[in-house]
Amino acid sequence: MADETVTVTIDDVQVTVPKGTMIIEAAKQAGVLVPHYCYHPSLPSPAVCRMCLVQVEKAPKLMPACVTAVTEGQVVHVHSPDAKTAREAVLEFLLINHPLDCPICDQAGECELQDFVFQEGRAGTRYADYPKRYAPVEDFGADILYVPNRCILCTRCVRFMGNVAGDPVIEVYDRGDRAYIGIDQDERLDHPWSGNVVDLCPVGSLLSKDFLHKARAWDLDKTASICPGCTQGCNMTIDTRDDAVVRLRPRPNLEVNRHFICDTGRADYRWMNRGDRAEAPLVRDGDRLRAVDWDAALDRCATLLNESAGPVVVLAGGRASCETLGGVMQLVAGAQVTAAMKVPMGAEEALSGIPDLALRAERAANLEGARLLGVNASWASAMAAVSGAAMVIVIDVELDDAEATALAGASHLAHFATIADPRLRTVDLVLPVTTMAEEQGVYVNRDRRAQRYLPARPAPGMARPAWWVAGQGWARRAPGRSAPATASEAFGALAAFGGMTYRELGMTGRVVPAAASVAR
Amino acid sequence: MGYPHPIHPKETPVLSTHFGEADARTFDGWVKRGGYAALRKALEMTPEQIVDEVKASGLRGRGGAGFPTGMKWSFMPKDTSRPHYLCCNADESEPGTFKDREIMRWTPHALIEGCIIGGLAIRAETTYIYIRGEFTEPYHVMVKAVAEAYAAGALGANVFGSGKRHDVVIHRGAGAYICGEETALMNSLEGRRGNPRIKPPFPAVAGLFGAPTTINNVETLAAVPHILVRGAAWYAGLTLSSPKSTGTKLISVCGHVQRPGVYEITLGLPMKELIYDLCGGMLPGRTLKAVIPGGSSVPIMTPAEVEECATDYEGIVAKGSMLGSGGMIVMDDTTDLVYQIMRLAKFYAHESCAQCTNCREGTAWTTRILERLLAGEGKASDLDLLLELSEQMTGKTICVLSDSCAAPVVSGIHKFRADFEAYLTGAAVPAMAEV
Repeated sequence: MADETVTVTIDDVQVTVPKGTMIIEAAKQAGVLVPHYCYHPSLPSPAVCRMCLVQVEKAPKLMPACVTAVTEGQVVHVHSPDAKTAREAVLEFLLINHPLDCPICDQAGECELQDFVFQEGRAGTRYADYPKRYAPVEDFGADILYVPNRCILCTRCVRFMGNVAGDPVIEVYDRGDRAYIGIDQDERLDHPWSGNVVDLCPVGSLLSKDFLHKARAWDLDKTASICPGCTQGCNMTIDTRDDAVVRLRPRPNLEVNRHFICDTGRADYRWMNRGDRAEAPLVRDGDRLRAVDWDAALDRCATLLNESAGPVVVLAGGRASCETLGGVMQLVAGAQVTAAMKVPMGAEEALSGIPDLALRAERAANLEGARLLGVNASWASAMAAVSGAAMVIVIDVELDDAEATALAGASHLAHFATIADPRLRTVDLVLPVTTMAEEQGVYVNRDRRAQRYLPARPAPGMARPAWWVAGQGWARRAPGRSAPATASEAFGALAAFGGMTYRELGMTGRVVPAAASVAR
Repeated sequence: MGYPHPIHPKETPVLSTHFGEADARTFDGWVKRGGYAALRKALEMTPEQIVDEVKASGLRGRGGAGFPTGMKWSFMPKDTSRPHYLCCNADESEPGTFKDREIMRWTPHALIEGCIIGGLAIRAETTYIYIRGEFTEPYHVMVKAVAEAYAAGALGANVFGSGKRHDVVIHRGAGAYICGEETALMNSLEGRRGNPRIKPPFPAVAGLFGAPTTINNVETLAAVPHILVRGAAWYAGLTLSSPKSTGTKLISVCGHVQRPGVYEITLGLPMKELIYDLCGGMLPGRTLKAVIPGGSSVPIMTPAEVEECATDYEGIVAKGSMLGSGGMIVMDDTTDLVYQIMRLAKFYAHESCAQCTNCREGTAWTTRILERLLAGEGKASDLDLLLELSEQMTGKTICVLSDSCAAPVVSGIHKFRADFEAYLTGAAVPAMAEV
């Protein structure tokens, strides 16, 4: 049954799709976008917006493309005069009570109502002389405002909370044109995944307080990235305005997070914009640290390693990329190495309606990548090894005071730092590195899926990607070594990935073959 | 003396025979009148035999759509690995319709008996009777009758000792018109918002609680015992016109007639006789202006159309309207049709479930245009706009509520355009001024 296919013709394009596919999805295959509001591929379809009505030959009336399954030989006209007239009418109906306050609406520029009205709507309204429906803005919960005037009652938010989050706190209240999305008076829209309703809302009705009036959509640059918050590895987009990160949104990946990210991941971007960054390499000069250029810093790094005979401890933060971890492990190769990644723990918060999707307890994006690359000691054993180590390398770790104190007693200490840590009083070397928002790299999620992220903003000062720093340090430890020049080369050189390339990973990632880890 | 009016010679009392007899409400009184004989007969029959009998009778759904009942029952799967349900739609909320109320008020056991037989036919052990919230008296009568039926062994684990089970659950609605739409009714029964569901899946595949379900109108189910007792051939022979419209139909007539009320006619009776003979015709000095023959959702008929119309499914369609629920609204020449149509539109705007855009916004917009017209502030383009909106409210939505709003508007403008134009030209006194 599952592999049976059906061939249909949609706007003169023939496509073959699995049996049971809805016309709206088959049309996507044919390169035809059927305008829609209530339909969403990750939600059940109620067919209420009536926007996706299309003409199906031999059907007595227009059919909703979102709930009409394709049949063999079916001929569909998305842009027939009847279908266009029907959509024009729906758009006019939707606009009669819509305030058209686009100039002050956060959604403007990425609004599906704007888009489709511009594409297919009437130029003017015939609903003149009547007052529009009005209702005041409501505070729904932690980060969410509801602007009922703009609402087109597509019910995506209701279905998300009910069918996907399993927390049905919102529902359509009242009837007819008085209807609105209401929340139980004793409830708040504060489910750990509730922020997704803002993305799902096709208009500017559900707004993020955090993003409120922060930027116009057309001023944003969008960068494909991976959420660094936990081992789930949700795909996300980093929105920047003038190089400042102003918003994180989910990026669809049906294998990982479908169309969603959790509120914790969504809100966790302020550290990307910090102004107190380590911007120049620093080397110890007596009792003080002196700013130097990269040549001097890298030479010092190589010298320190070459001169220190004894065990090495590598302490990595959870956001270190595979390229970085692989580079650092290569940098210290030859010594007895104890390498660990710090994994902060938190509560697991599942999105009940989607299998295998949760904010994971392990709040480290690249834990699986670290394991693949030999950064696999326990954090406790690595910290215990600090006192006997000849050299300790810290890669962008958020340290507590006890850890900072212990590290201050290390023989030699090199800090790959995004933020300099004054508690590390004895640090020999501070190497300013980029955050994940400023570099490209690969994280491996808990299901061993290797996924790329791209740089969203420029690095501050002299900061360089940690993989570059490690590679340069390694090249300087012995003559005749040539360090990778690009992140792509750095990744390609990692034996643990068995020759996988950036190109192969694409922007939705690939699962690392089991054999590759065995080879490690 | 007889229930509100004595039985007219042109009536065919079948369901209404015992209307007005208090004793008929009791179990014993009903048995004395031949009640539950059909059930005893049905208990000896196979589900297929019951379905075939009802098919042969030609009985069609009395709720409005007129779908053949036997065929509807035959859509139910034979497999009973999942429970089957029978729903009885007693949410009689169509403006102008008040026939089911009388069945429940006077002959509750006829309905209960019909439910059990229907349940046997579709292999359901439970019937949910969804009674309109405003129906206080019918609700109490039904509750009492169900209790009696349980006590007498007609309901319960062992219906009349047959070993077969049947339960009846009475559910009282909360006053939403839309809950009379069959799938909205099921949502409402399940405790959800009463929104119509998209079809497919049809109720026979996935209805109440996701299980195979058949939903029938009160009048339909109440007719079934008569068919089993007196035979399909008798019922099929009850027609004055088309063999496709058989049996009797309760017509609730309201409006400007001398004797409004519920009349039981053999299908095919000329509408003229219904209005002028049974209902006594217009009030003195008045003339007929318009008739809405099947509940407020159907197109309006002109006197000329009424003149030649046979009161049955096909006859009324031939005259541009529908038999619908049989709720007939008669209007005489004192009627302001524009106002009446606005009232209907306002009703639909109020009752729209708000799911579908066209209905949610279209019904309200239509109402506003009509209100403005009535206030004497209409524009020449308003009539065309109304027709255009109606076009976009017809056949575009999940259920037919918005179609129902459009039907009187479209037929009103087409058939009574002068009434509308009077408001445009100022010939008519703005009616909304005093509202």
